[in-house]
Amino acid sequence: MSVDTTGGNLLEVRGLTKIFGTLKACDGVDLTIRKGEIHALLGENGAGKSTLVKMLFGSLEPHSGEIRWNGKPVTISSPSVAKKLGIGMVFQHFSLFEALSAAENIALSLADQTPISTIAAKAQALSYSYGLPLDPYSVVGDLSVGERQRIEIIRCLLQTPELVILDEPTSVLTPQEADKLFETLERLRVEGKSILYISHRLEEVKRMCDAATVMRHGKVVAHCDPRQETAASLARMMVGSEVHAVVRAPVEGVERAEALLEIRNLNRKPATPFSVPLRNISLNVRAGEVIGIAGVAGNGQGEFFEAISGEATQPDAGTIRIRGKDAGRLSITGRRLLGAAFVPEERLGHGAAPRMKLSENLLLSRYATDSKAFLGPAGFVKESTIDAATQRIIKDMDVRKSARDPEAAALSGGNLQKFIIGRELDRQPTVMVVNQPTWGVDAGAAAKIRQSLIELARSGSAVLVISQDLDELFEISDAIAVMHNGALSQPLSRTEATLEKIGLLMGGAEPGHVDHGLETA
Amino acid sequence: MRIELVRRPQHSALFSALSPFIALGLTLVAGAIMFSLLGKNPVDALYYYFIDPLTGIWDPGNRWQLHELAIKAAPLILIAVGLSVCYLSNNWNIGAEGQFIIGAVVGSFIPVVFPGWHSWIVLPLMLLLGMLGGAAYAAIPAFFKVKFNTNEILTSLMLVYVAQLFNDWLVRGIWRNPEGMSFPGTIRFSEWAILPQVWPESGRAHWGFVFALVAAVVVWFMLSKTLKGFEVKVLGQSPRAGRFAGFSSGKVVFFAFLLSGALAGLAGISEVAGPIEHLNEKISIGYGFTAIIVAFLGRLNPLGIVAAGIILALTYLGGESAQIAIGVSDKAVRAFQGMLLFFVLACDTLIHYRVRIAGAPAAKAAETKAGEATQGA
Repeated sequence: MSVDTTGGNLLEVRGLTKIFGTLKACDGVDLTIRKGEIHALLGENGAGKSTLVKMLFGSLEPHSGEIRWNGKPVTISSPSVAKKLGIGMVFQHFSLFEALSAAENIALSLADQTPISTIAAKAQALSYSYGLPLDPYSVVGDLSVGERQRIEIIRCLLQTPELVILDEPTSVLTPQEADKLFETLERLRVEGKSILYISHRLEEVKRMCDAATVMRHGKVVAHCDPRQETAASLARMMVGSEVHAVVRAPVEGVERAEALLEIRNLNRKPATPFSVPLRNISLNVRAGEVIGIAGVAGNGQGEFFEAISGEATQPDAGTIRIRGKDAGRLSITGRRLLGAAFVPEERLGHGAAPRMKLSENLLLSRYATDSKAFLGPAGFVKESTIDAATQRIIKDMDVRKSARDPEAAALSGGNLQKFIIGRELDRQPTVMVVNQPTWGVDAGAAAKIRQSLIELARSGSAVLVISQDLDELFEISDAIAVMHNGALSQPLSRTEATLEKIGLLMGGAEPGHVDHGLETA
Repeated sequence: MRIELVRRPQHSALFSALSPFIALGLTLVAGAIMFSLLGKNPVDALYYYFIDPLTGIWDPGNRWQLHELAIKAAPLILIAVGLSVCYLSNNWNIGAEGQFIIGAVVGSFIPVVFPGWHSWIVLPLMLLLGMLGGAAYAAIPAFFKVKFNTNEILTSLMLVYVAQLFNDWLVRGIWRNPEGMSFPGTIRFSEWAILPQVWPESGRAHWGFVFALVAAVVVWFMLSKTLKGFEVKVLGQSPRAGRFAGFSSGKVVFFAFLLSGALAGLAGISEVAGPIEHLNEKISIGYGFTAIIVAFLGRLNPLGIVAAGIILALTYLGGESAQIAIGVSDKAVRAFQGMLLFFVLACDTLIHYRVRIAGAPAAKAAETKAGEATQGA
């Protein structure tokens, strides 16, 4: 056809600009995606990636600039227009109804009246063929983050898009799962589809992507071929300066150090019919060390976190001991008063109240431990002290924000996470338990968070990190244990732990019988 | 053309302040339309509703009307202040009317059963019993909610009818005044059991209005300056974050219901010990329900509730004067109050959303282009 005079360019973006108030979130952005290309979009949090992608998907209206699709100028006024064009999107923050099943959620995004059973069958077939197993009848509310992402991906692929936009897709996958996803993407590329791949994992980008566009502060700073670059040079383009690699000095004498967090035969019945029971978990975290808990999403990590934090208490007080004191029956406040600090997986609505200011969210987790500083007689809240502490944390953790004391929901994910971690670090906790410390956080912020966790451990605290990001665990942990189906393996020291061993344990090799697991492999 | 609501990134401080006024304005417009449809001159009707009861401000001869306004506003403010704590903590207490009645009944126990007890302690005891009665009655839906996860909207509302019939049975039965010519109602309270008037020279407003102002200031301070208020707001907005903070949602359910029950009970006993001076079957003119409107019109802020209580009290007085002057049915008052609540809730949308009017032609053009491009591919 005569239209195709653009040399195989599927999407061309010229001078796209979006202004929020006085902030130019996207400033004259150019982007070209060729047919059958995996194109990486790199940038720190707040660089304007999400804004750009939302304009491509029709959720935001650009102020100026041009979008050409197959060489023709188009106005993408809504997501349904984008879908008609053939643009599919997998969001970083999922847009799923928790009370509905996976298949029903997929049905909602399809315009036609296809029966649920047909959709379920299609979704299941597609999910297995792409290596993303999924039970279409499971209720979303009971699924883990990783499983929810699969629904999003399947939902997108069911519409046979020409361009698939993936926002941080591998952050919740095991290495094996990620490999499967890469195979999926490879297959899509061979089929002639284009992919816009947003990620902060530079190794991944180097391995898979044909081209990359790097954004910083709303502007495109480079178009490059990632295979010609090093991870360090890509990071430099994103951040504008060197990213300091996380430094992990080896610790000595940890075996002799005091165990600050002790877990003894922790069992927990499933709280809902779909949650995972915890099976006889035992673990010591000693002063000075970082222990990582690896595992595929939905294997009991959330339940484990709630049991340690005291959001769910145990009948036997000796099950959890903090600094040598029985804490099993204590509430989360009681455990905090013993010196423990907690950072949950969900930032909005669990770690922070979305519509409350940062200063109020500081009070949220620290009113009991810092009652002398923050509260006066009769529970009077000392706003000036809290405000000073809030600004101190914002400065220490380099939290970027649009107002002096904004609502938590107004911050980007990475910046809010920096604040939530900083809120706990600020009180120098003796025991720190973090679930998914850097999920969806950009390279610069993630490095900052990881380094601060290591430093906390080296200053004599016990740090427990639950994460699905294996690179992260290998970067910061002194030992790694794997959670599978509610049971926890023995921790493997860094010298023993290999990606392969951990991957096998994640896949269900018998915990505690590591060697046996390897033999059968 | 289509109207879209677009979520604001931050809530709008401007519309937080403006929305009650927009709602009031829209209510006036809708009210004027309603009066025209009834065949009344809307200007006259609105005058009798909203200006006539206020003539006491500049006319000393009508000063008694301001006292009447305070009498009507007192129970509305007391109840609505308590309800604001409930609603902020996501506890939908709809049964303040019942708690008001039970407060009045329990507080009346002393003057009805021991009419001969003449002591200064009688009145404080009555007020205390009134608060305890209201709180105990509100504890029932709270208990069911915490223990069995029942819906407190239904339980608290149903208990209103129980309270009304219980009071009716008392004042027609065992508590009926033997010298009351068979009219339902208890004996007149002794002077020791009567709430004094604040300023008897110019009108009959009683100490209930002072209680309402004190309650508003104390609860405002509690909500905005103390940890308890923070707990209430966190659990209301974000229950999971509240549990992460270590707050107990069960305790806050009880706290909110007991506090609002106590204030409703205080309003009830103040009403019977104040202007009515005995217990009868129609001690409330729907204060407990109207207070829900007051709470929302006051933006769930106790200080705003004082202003909102006075405005709603005005509709009661205005309803009476309009009925007398131009013969509008007294049912028009309820219609007014209903419209006000409707517009208040509707206008609150503007705080978190902005309205965008998307022109149909542009969208259509875009779709056409999109369609062409797809065909091109």
